[in-house]
Amino acid sequence: MSDPRIAGAGVTKFGEHPERTGRDLFAEAGLEALDASGVDRGDVDALYYGNFMGELAEHQGHQGPLMAETIGLEAPATRFEAACASAGAAVREAVTTLRNGEAEVIVVGGAERMTNIGTAAATDALAIAADDLFEVRAGMTFPGAYALMARSYFDQYGGTHEDLAHVAVKNHEHALVNDHAQIQKEIAVEDALEAPTIASPLGLYDSCPITDGAAAAVLTTAEYAAEHDLDAPVAITGTGQGGDNLALQDRPHLAQTPAADKAAEEAYGDAGVGPDDVDVAEVHDCFTIAEVLATESLGFFERGEGITAAREGITDRRGELPVNLSGGLKAKGHPVGATGVAQLATLAWLLDGSHPRADDVSDATVGVAHNAGGTVASTTVHVLEVAE
Amino acid sequence: MTESARDGEYDDWLDAIADGGGYYLECGNGHGWLPPRRVCPKCGDRDLAEEPLPDGGEIASHTTITVPTPQFEDDAPYVTAVVDFGPVSATGMVRGVDPEDVAIGSVVGVEVGERETTGDRAVVFRPR
Ligand SMILES: [Zn+2]
Repeated sequence: MSDPRIAGAGVTKFGEHPERTGRDLFAEAGLEALDASGVDRGDVDALYYGNFMGELAEHQGHQGPLMAETIGLEAPATRFEAACASAGAAVREAVTTLRNGEAEVIVVGGAERMTNIGTAAATDALAIAADDLFEVRAGMTFPGAYALMARSYFDQYGGTHEDLAHVAVKNHEHALVNDHAQIQKEIAVEDALEAPTIASPLGLYDSCPITDGAAAAVLTTAEYAAEHDLDAPVAITGTGQGGDNLALQDRPHLAQTPAADKAAEEAYGDAGVGPDDVDVAEVHDCFTIAEVLATESLGFFERGEGITAAREGITDRRGELPVNLSGGLKAKGHPVGATGVAQLATLAWLLDGSHPRADDVSDATVGVAHNAGGTVASTTVHVLEVAE
Repeated sequence: MTESARDGEYDDWLDAIADGGGYYLECGNGHGWLPPRRVCPKCGDRDLAEEPLPDGGEIASHTTITVPTPQFEDDAPYVTAVVDFGPVSATGMVRGVDPEDVAIGSVVGVEVGERETTGDRAVVFRPR
């Protein structure tokens, strides 16, 4: 069993592109990934594609084959849906299939079109990642769910909204040089604290924006990469996925994300590394509190200690463990079905030295991607390592 | 409102709360869940019995939502909370108290109210 290589990746600029169709966005990312990989399109065995709200945003289901044809593939194509972890789930399936020897080249990707339906409808569409009977009908929104988790965290472990503001400030600063990012604007702690509240205690700057965008990557076996002389130095050496009860009310605590614990444990075990080996991470910070919960589940910090990591500079680009050098979902944007593959692309570029923030982690050899769905009822974790 | 099917045991459960006879489902190992459930997700037990929902529960966490979905447009701002009844927790809207005064640990009772925006039924908690 050899570990799959990332032969090429492509990401659109994330942002507000209400006039661009999902297929147009995915065509850009997919073709960029194929061109970067040097793989012949006829050698692609499958497309695994993530998308969450296609039916609501574009009245378009069955997007797998549609997206295959938009990038000129005749291969079978399947859509994966795990809310905001849709693309992470697609990556995991691709890794498993390549390792099994059932395929040699798989394109993974995802796209989401969100801004065309407006904030209210997008809020509604995102909310259905929660339990309709027990959460959506109780008025819970996606920010509302994370607000419940944030308040529970403060109650159990301490921490303040100001601590969370430091997460936002850090990720905005990281995004300044990332031209793919939706928001390239520095903010101060005061800006975050003074921003309008969305769902108390979380404000506008604790939340990722509503985003259109697409991402794609060409994954292949080490053998195929060697045979075809591909430049593919980064391998996916570990994959893990965890699940949890859909509704927050059915979980033993609101301030931990056990699905991410399970995914991390599995991915670390698979790769044969531990949290101390990780040089750089891209985690699912759909809200500032989500980054805190993610870094604790990934074992970077004890429970209750992740809250001060950004304030102390540990997760800053100049710190011991840079987290979300892309700007994260917070500043880079969060086209939900594309996010998991965008994280993969970011890490591949950071590890091969081609990312605008690569100089901040020039000796990095191990990266981790954490992609969470809903209120973390689905999570995938992938470990990437420089293989050559 | 358009005609739509009842959501089976979920609507039965709301009816029971409205009639003052709220319940939850308990498996042989004491795990509590709200209906509909055919099996305990935790232990796989399929022998679920209806038990009376405790009279009051404690607010486990709460949020005041100012940016709602369109189905809650006229309700905003409103408080949504997860309430711990001991064997089971429930999510609903907190009414009858100033949002500023809602606190973790406060004791509330459960009833069925209506959403202002759509008139649909909703789980509502009120201070006890
Ligand atoms: Zn049980």
